Amino acid sequence: MASRAYLAGALLFLAAAAAGPLVPDWVASIVTIAFANALVVLGLVVLWRVGLVSFGQALYYCLGAYSVALIARWTGLTDAFMLVMFGGIGAGLVAVLVGFLLARYREIFFAMLSLALSMILYGVLVKTESLGSTDGFTVLTPTFLGYAPHGKELGLMLYWLTLAVDAIAAVLVGLYFRSVAGALAAPIRDNEIRVEFLGVSVSSIIHTKVVIAGILGGLGGALAAMAIGHVDPAMAYWTTSGGFVFVTVLAGSGYVAAAFIGSLVFEAVRSFAVDVMPQLWQMTLGSVLLLTILFLPEGLGSLVSRLRRRGEVKAP
Amino acid sequence: MLTAAAILTDGLVYAAYLFIVAIGLTLIFGVMKILNVTHGSFYAFGAYGAATAVGIYTNGDWPAALGFLFMIVFAMLIGLIMGIILERGLLRLVYGRDEVVVVLVTYATFLILEDVIVLIWGAQSYGAFQPMISAGSTELGGLVLSNYDMVLVAIAAALAFAAYWALKFTRYGKLLTTVIYDRETAAAFGINVTLVYSVTFIVGAMLGALGGAVMAPKISVTLGIGVEVIVLAFAVVAIGGMGSIEGALIGALIVGICRAAAVHLLPQVELFVVYGVMALVLVARPYGLFVRARPRKI
Repeated sequence: MASRAYLAGALLFLAAAAAGPLVPDWVASIVTIAFANALVVLGLVVLWRVGLVSFGQALYYCLGAYSVALIARWTGLTDAFMLVMFGGIGAGLVAVLVGFLLARYREIFFAMLSLALSMILYGVLVKTESLGSTDGFTVLTPTFLGYAPHGKELGLMLYWLTLAVDAIAAVLVGLYFRSVAGALAAPIRDNEIRVEFLGVSVSSIIHTKVVIAGILGGLGGALAAMAIGHVDPAMAYWTTSGGFVFVTVLAGSGYVAAAFIGSLVFEAVRSFAVDVMPQLWQMTLGSVLLLTILFLPEGLGSLVSRLRRRGEVKAP
Repeated sequence: MLTAAAILTDGLVYAAYLFIVAIGLTLIFGVMKILNVTHGSFYAFGAYGAATAVGIYTNGDWPAALGFLFMIVFAMLIGLIMGIILERGLLRLVYGRDEVVVVLVTYATFLILEDVIVLIWGAQSYGAFQPMISAGSTELGGLVLSNYDMVLVAIAAALAFAAYWALKFTRYGKLLTTVIYDRETAAAFGINVTLVYSVTFIVGAMLGALGGAVMAPKISVTLGIGVEVIVLAFAVVAIGGMGSIEGALIGALIVGICRAAAVHLLPQVELFVVYGVMALVLVARPYGLFVRARPRKI
């Protein structure tokens, strides 16, 4: 079962990588950003499995993005691989610190405290004039182990880099879901006191999840910063977090792949809505979110399992 | 000394505004356990409605003093209609779902309503400053105080008092307290919980619209005002303890004074002092100042 999922994932990954040079630039750039954001969503899925929703995941997204931009600006380091790593590490370190605090909170309180933390970062960035205040600043063009592409090649390299990071993250998170700590997510969601009676520290498990989500958020922000070529404080604003939560609900927490498909669908819907009816794109998003919650409570991923269940029933 | 007085008065005015916005939010959370993101829309609709009302009013030749009243009544009517539609048409469908899921439902509604504003009022900004100007100002010991701001403080104080009185001394308040303590027991004793929910939500919506209406003359009514106010109101309510009216009052005062102090003494921290205070309070008291921790159920 698991090996079949890996095989399908690997095939999809190769197909996506091979399709890169064939599709128009604008498609590749939308997909790159969608897949960068998918990492943040994957982090939220990790939390969502224990029933926690972070309304401040933009904190790590913004930290990852600003780490890339600032390291490039201050040290002149432009190697994309290093920068992405630093983005993940930077956000991860903050998540370790913040996690000591957040791991004590549940439900709405978890959401509110993470919201407050991301808004603090937003406030600091807006008031820091040396970093361009609300305008933000441009990210230096990244290089790849000394290779410095431009234009279409640059977009293609970033696309492949994002795909590679996604693939690694998907495999690792998949492994985590099947580990003991990962499998305890549903029991914790149901009743964490009973889990503690099994001799497991719930708060350390949740701390780990906060850190995983933070690292993924940082990686996503780092990739997005390079793909967009610009960072600004709006990356930490609560509406950015809201967008990620939106995709998480859309995707559901059943499958790792759902985060990527959900993010792709979201970016496609948004690009379409902004293009066709620029006045009404928020309404489109809101309606999609409402319909998902009302009619697909387990997210888009549940469509797959529904089909599968129907297939099983048919088999004699 | 003058700075201290300025901080105190500015803080008080800001706190009054925050309290008017936050009381509806905390009321809805206290009774229905819904963290209502749509509150930002109520606020925005109230502000836009007030701007429209001021526009209508200044075109006729009626006495200036009544304009303020007309503006408030007009905005609260909008809140009433929105409250009824949302509670009956949508929230009814998701009662009993996970708290976090209901937050997302209100978030989705908020997104939709943001564009409804564009459909109704367009993308341009509106001014509704006539009531503020016609109210004039008073000089008090070197400080120039706008009369309108003092009215704002008076409204907030009256609201706080009315909420206290209604909860403690009226029949409806006692029913409400029962529902807050235990919904199922209240229902078993024959209290119409569905009705209490509807009324609470509608009153909350009207209070949100009132917040927008009284603020409209002080700001430029433009797109995105709901986005800003909702996180501020969250912070106030989280500091005081969600669902607690006295908590909202204290939270508003703390945030108001802290922000005024930041504006006067250290403008760089103005934007995040609110959230900094909120994070600090939540570190010390996870459920806010006025709510005791709940026992864990096995």
